Amino acid sequence: MSAKLAWLVLEDGTAFRGRSVGADGEVFGECVFNTSMTGYQEVLTDPSYKGQIVTMTYPHIGNYGVNDEDVESRRTWVEGFVMREISPIASNFRSQESLEAYLKRHKVVAIDSVDTRALTLKLRQQGSMKCGISTSKQDPEALLARVRTSADIVGVDTVQQVTCEQPYEWPASGPHTRHVVVMDFGVKYNILRQLSSLSCRVSVVPASTSAADIMARHPDGVVLSNGPGDPAAVTYAVKTIQGLMGQVPMLGICLGHQLLGLAYGGETYKLKFGHHGGNHPVQDLSTRKVEITTQNHNFAVRVESIPGGQVELTHQNLNDNTVEGMQHKTLPIFSLQYHPEAAPGPHDARYLFERFIDLMDSVHA
Amino acid sequence: MPKRTDIKKILIIGSGPIVISQACEFDYSGTQACKALREEGFSVVLVNSNPATIMTDPETADRTYIEPITADIIEKIIEAERPDALLPTLGGQTALNVTVQLAERGVLDRYGVELIGAKIDAIKRAEAREQFKQTMETIGLEVPRAGYAHTLDEAKAIVETIGFPCVIRPSFTLGGTGGGVAYHPEEFERIVKLGLELSMTTEVSVEESVVGWKEFELEVMRDRQDNVVVVCSIENFDPMGVHTGDSITVAPAQTLTDREYQEMRDAAIKIIRAIGVETGGSNIQFAVHPDSGRLLVIEMNPRVSRSSALASKATGFPIAKIAAKLAVGYMLHELANDITKQTPASFEPTIDYVVVKIPRFAFEKFPGADPTLTIQMKSVGETMAIGRTFTEALQKGLRGLEIKKDGWESSGGVFSPDVLRQKLSVPTAERIFYLKDAFAAGISIDEMYELTRIDRWFLRQLYTLTVEEEALRKAAEQMRACADAGAGQGQANAVEVLRRAKQYGFSDRQLARLWGVDEATIRQWRMSWGVMPSYYLVDTCAAEFEAKTPYYYSTYENPMLQLGGKGREPGGGGEQQPVPHAPRPTPQTKRKVMILGGGPNRIGQGIEFDYCCVHAAFALRELGIEVIMVNSNPETVSTDYDTSDKLYFEPVTLEDVLNIVHREQPEGVVVQFGGQTPLNLSTGLAKAGVPILGTNAEAIDIAEDREKFKRLLDELALRQPSSGTAMVLEDAVLTAHSIGYPCLVRPSYVLGGRAMEIVYDDEQLRRFAQKAFEASPGFPVLIDKFLEDAIEVDIDVIGDGKAFVIGGILEHIEEAGIHSGDSAMVLPPHTLTDEIVGDVRAAGIKLAQALKIVGLMNVQCAIKDDAVYILEVNPRASRTVPFVSKAIGVPLAKLATRAMVGLSLREQRFTEEVVPPFLAVKESVFPFSRFAGVDIALGPEMRSTGEVMGIDEDFGKAFLKSQLGAGQLLPRSGTVFVSVKNRDKRAVILVAQRLEELGFNLVATAGTVKALQRYGLHASPVKKIHEGRPNVLDLLKSGQIQLVINTPSGRLPRADEVLIRSAAASLGIPCITTIAGAQASVNGISTWLKRELGVRPIQEYHQMLRSV
Repeated sequence: MSAKLAWLVLEDGTAFRGRSVGADGEVFGECVFNTSMTGYQEVLTDPSYKGQIVTMTYPHIGNYGVNDEDVESRRTWVEGFVMREISPIASNFRSQESLEAYLKRHKVVAIDSVDTRALTLKLRQQGSMKCGISTSKQDPEALLARVRTSADIVGVDTVQQVTCEQPYEWPASGPHTRHVVVMDFGVKYNILRQLSSLSCRVSVVPASTSAADIMARHPDGVVLSNGPGDPAAVTYAVKTIQGLMGQVPMLGICLGHQLLGLAYGGETYKLKFGHHGGNHPVQDLSTRKVEITTQNHNFAVRVESIPGGQVELTHQNLNDNTVEGMQHKTLPIFSLQYHPEAAPGPHDARYLFERFIDLMDSVHA
Repeated sequence: MPKRTDIKKILIIGSGPIVISQACEFDYSGTQACKALREEGFSVVLVNSNPATIMTDPETADRTYIEPITADIIEKIIEAERPDALLPTLGGQTALNVTVQLAERGVLDRYGVELIGAKIDAIKRAEAREQFKQTMETIGLEVPRAGYAHTLDEAKAIVETIGFPCVIRPSFTLGGTGGGVAYHPEEFERIVKLGLELSMTTEVSVEESVVGWKEFELEVMRDRQDNVVVVCSIENFDPMGVHTGDSITVAPAQTLTDREYQEMRDAAIKIIRAIGVETGGSNIQFAVHPDSGRLLVIEMNPRVSRSSALASKATGFPIAKIAAKLAVGYMLHELANDITKQTPASFEPTIDYVVVKIPRFAFEKFPGADPTLTIQMKSVGETMAIGRTFTEALQKGLRGLEIKKDGWESSGGVFSPDVLRQKLSVPTAERIFYLKDAFAAGISIDEMYELTRIDRWFLRQLYTLTVEEEALRKAAEQMRACADAGAGQGQANAVEVLRRAKQYGFSDRQLARLWGVDEATIRQWRMSWGVMPSYYLVDTCAAEFEAKTPYYYSTYENPMLQLGGKGREPGGGGEQQPVPHAPRPTPQTKRKVMILGGGPNRIGQGIEFDYCCVHAAFALRELGIEVIMVNSNPETVSTDYDTSDKLYFEPVTLEDVLNIVHREQPEGVVVQFGGQTPLNLSTGLAKAGVPILGTNAEAIDIAEDREKFKRLLDELALRQPSSGTAMVLEDAVLTAHSIGYPCLVRPSYVLGGRAMEIVYDDEQLRRFAQKAFEASPGFPVLIDKFLEDAIEVDIDVIGDGKAFVIGGILEHIEEAGIHSGDSAMVLPPHTLTDEIVGDVRAAGIKLAQALKIVGLMNVQCAIKDDAVYILEVNPRASRTVPFVSKAIGVPLAKLATRAMVGLSLREQRFTEEVVPPFLAVKESVFPFSRFAGVDIALGPEMRSTGEVMGIDEDFGKAFLKSQLGAGQLLPRSGTVFVSVKNRDKRAVILVAQRLEELGFNLVATAGTVKALQRYGLHASPVKKIHEGRPNVLDLLKSGQIQLVINTPSGRLPRADEVLIRSAAASLGIPCITTIAGAQASVNGISTWLKRELGVRPIQEYHQMLRSV
């Protein structure tokens, strides 16, 4: 076993000495924990993790290796990856590569042999904070100083770093009956796969695309995708959304939902340590049914701040009563804080894509 | 939707006696359910024949019927109680099966009893394999290709299309009884025939073999609004082909990608909906092809199960409790997550540790049984271990198994690589240890995989352990040198080595062996170097929310450091810090007591001991004393985090217990309730300065030391059969000669009569003495005069050190020579004179006085020629404590616990023996139907797995109920086959006479026919097996015999006797192997013919006791 040393240091001075199991280097980001027991490859490739160093709470990571199919975007995005124990073997019929080789190939700095439970407790109790991983400089005190001066995530537009440069079409899975334009704030492929499987032609456009350019594509609906960072920093997108309101049915997912909140004139705020995992109960307030959901966000919408009673709360997190979904009272727009596309996580919320299809169809009819 | 208000009274059916595949997990589930429903204001009526359960405590339900679980009896209970609803999903297969019978007989309709949890059609869809297959097909899921047969010919037609190997499973049986894998036509025919006989519906499935596929289980819950959650995923270390109860299993699943896991989850949700389990939990098993990922559904249990108990303990999600509340109308989100209290139960637990369950077997008790693991479950218990990694959990689990392994070790044998290859290819209890030998022999992971089909991920983890162990071995000198040298860089390295070893789960004993020092030295190094375990919480949420429930496991993590001048202080949240130096207890701290559980169930140490531990916990909590429970058995009530103030789910070994003592500093440790496991730790604990509560160590030593005990009896003028001990074989022969045959030979320090035998001559003595030496190496073999035809009596005594009271006197029904754990017993004694009972009582009290018992004591004695001989004294709770407690209406274990913390019996108002005005019979239940070909005749080695209680106003009815409860379905008419050894020929005459008077026909072999004729009794002759056909076996199989009375001809019974008894056992025909048993049975049948059996709740019996 390679025993190259690595340090993980949090801005409050908490430090862990572990093993370097990815690329060499020094990285900084906001430290968050993810409680999913499966789906590390999806996590690594989820653009929403841009700017973050992700800790997996499940201790054995990498057991089933990685493959070409379970990616959520064109590359990895996490700033760094923290584990208790990386698997020395990949055992699964679909595996093509070990996680360690994949991390190295994609230049992801990663550390294992970390007491990830102690780290998670720290984040839960004190809230998310900046951290750094270094495999090169073996002086944790110096690393701490650099962590403290590293960039903050609040107020920064990270969307620009992850959105596509050019518009593109998602490969069709069959004949389509509707056209959906997806604003790429850091979209996960599974949103595109889901729409495509429901007979949608899917066009993906960069985050900075204007409302007029979008409408020029004659969409039946617009999806505001998930993405990383602080929604308040993505002011241009808020404007675009305001321009689209009333013109076309819209579905907002995660960051897309937060941007809608801002577009309605409401506020967003930062949660203490966010929601990252695949086991949160969310209640659909119209049916009273509960779905188990995939969550990945640090910011949330303060629904009561939205003026004029424009929206109705549709979904609520049963763990902490935060807003999980809202619907415009007069316009064909609804949005979800959580991830109906799952990947990783339970498929309970997939029906919401069908609800969006119905919404598009009802507007047409 | 809140709870239903249209139902008030709910009937719950328990699972009856502990048998293989239905053990105390159903007490855990049932107790939770009863508590949950009463908490909601429902009146609970319970029926369960098993007295050794917390469930049948009079406080657990409103009305508790300790009666046989048969449709006849339950109909009477329904008639008397008129419940509004029946919850059938908590008592295992037993409860489901009897519920189906009740429904089919129209009982439920007749009395307007609504089934809640699962309706009849759902039960049938899940259980009848053909219907199950059809249902799966309609929702687009695959099951193994299969056909269903009701005759051998139908089965043959199916196998022609499927081919060999194929799997045969009977419908509606327990734990796959009668199932098996057939590799050729002959084997096929044998298994199909047996399966058809065992199936309640004469139906077997013949399936495509999926042996070697990966095996997974999901625990699913659903509420009335169709909300579904998956509580836990489990991956089996042993692939398909080994019953999941016999497999090492791991939670969560390790080798599924999210895509595959979610696909399985989607399937599980579809299944619970399609089967139509309205509310509650289900267990669904899947097979996955390792190369293609093809997913097959194997089976579904529409009820709580062994796996759901495991899943509850593994995640902290109390499935049975939640299932009960869902059954009365709650939604998952209306219930709180028990652990966090703040978040709802409608979530899926996520865990940040690994759970490993390892089964415990008892093949040594069943010589001749096939030790190959198959789809028919054979294990008798299990242990669970929690660690941050698989390797840590596995090693903890293996040391917690208590089979003299301190972790993952060699099998102990020396084998050539070819022999090892052969051994790896057959699944057995020892295969996990052969894998270690295989690594040593240089067999590659790929080859191991081909031989075992154990996933490479698991094998690679084992390889890591091999590598780590090698490195540790090489570090021996360095470690010893560092310990001598004191602080410095060398020591810092040694600390790292030691911590790393502990992270991989190596026990102090393993390290001691690797480094050539003793266990205490390793412990001392750990203490002085600060390598102590952290205790982490099982919290359902991977630390995302605060946990309110102190449910811990130990682990060794790398320290979290604090920079900025604070140095190497462990940081971390309060919950998990290692305690480098034990806190000094301050006078203000709350009183704290630690209770040690019994570890995995095994024959001789089962639920009875867990019952006592639980009672101890309840008693202490009632007194406001903080209770710390330590145990490793996931099936039990003791490891329910609700039972104690703090639960440490840890192996019950000296190392693990001392670590917890170090952290908690309790005022004392209770060792007398968990059976032999904690008692064996008492010396080590005492040596480490840990106070033992109750009877002092000196008294324990007197009772366990033969010489000291002999002296004590002499002083007290009590008789003892002449006896001696021997350290070598030749001395054993000399001792036997001086005592005179027959003698009883046994090893020191074992429970359950392990390797105990009655010998009649030198040859037998040599053979069994040798076995006894092997069973307890380094200790003397004990040789006692065997008192033939004596009546044995058990006495349970309770004491507070000054006052002593008889808890109960139990007369054994079978004569001396049969292990007390296997014997039927009756309380109060029904054939002994008052004078003898007086002598027995006096002897018990005298012994308790002399040993100054604080707590419980059990005395076994024999009555021969009106004289009382003391056979042995156990200064601890015995197996009979729960039975006696229920019979006399006094919770003895609670009283004993209070006595241990200083409350006198007088203060507790228990100063006089209670002699009930009714009869209570305890009968044992055996696993013979699992071990084809094994002789069922009883002997001095205990082989029963469980017990039932029969209670009624006279002996006949009480005995009959005990038989019905034990599954010995005595007939009311028909034909009896009688064949007894010569010595019993006279005694059987009376039995035969009664049977004839009662209208039974008699069938016997030639010799017995003649003997009966001399007394004017008519019996039809039947051929012995070797005399041609049709012989007695044919009559048994064709259903022409309803009862067998067959006493063994001697210590080494003739082969055909064994065949007859074993056939009867597997066909479910009652078989009586002692004259005393036959007399009692005839007595019972005769009362039954006069009057139907009545039912009465235990609360009413206890009312009778109070009014006496």
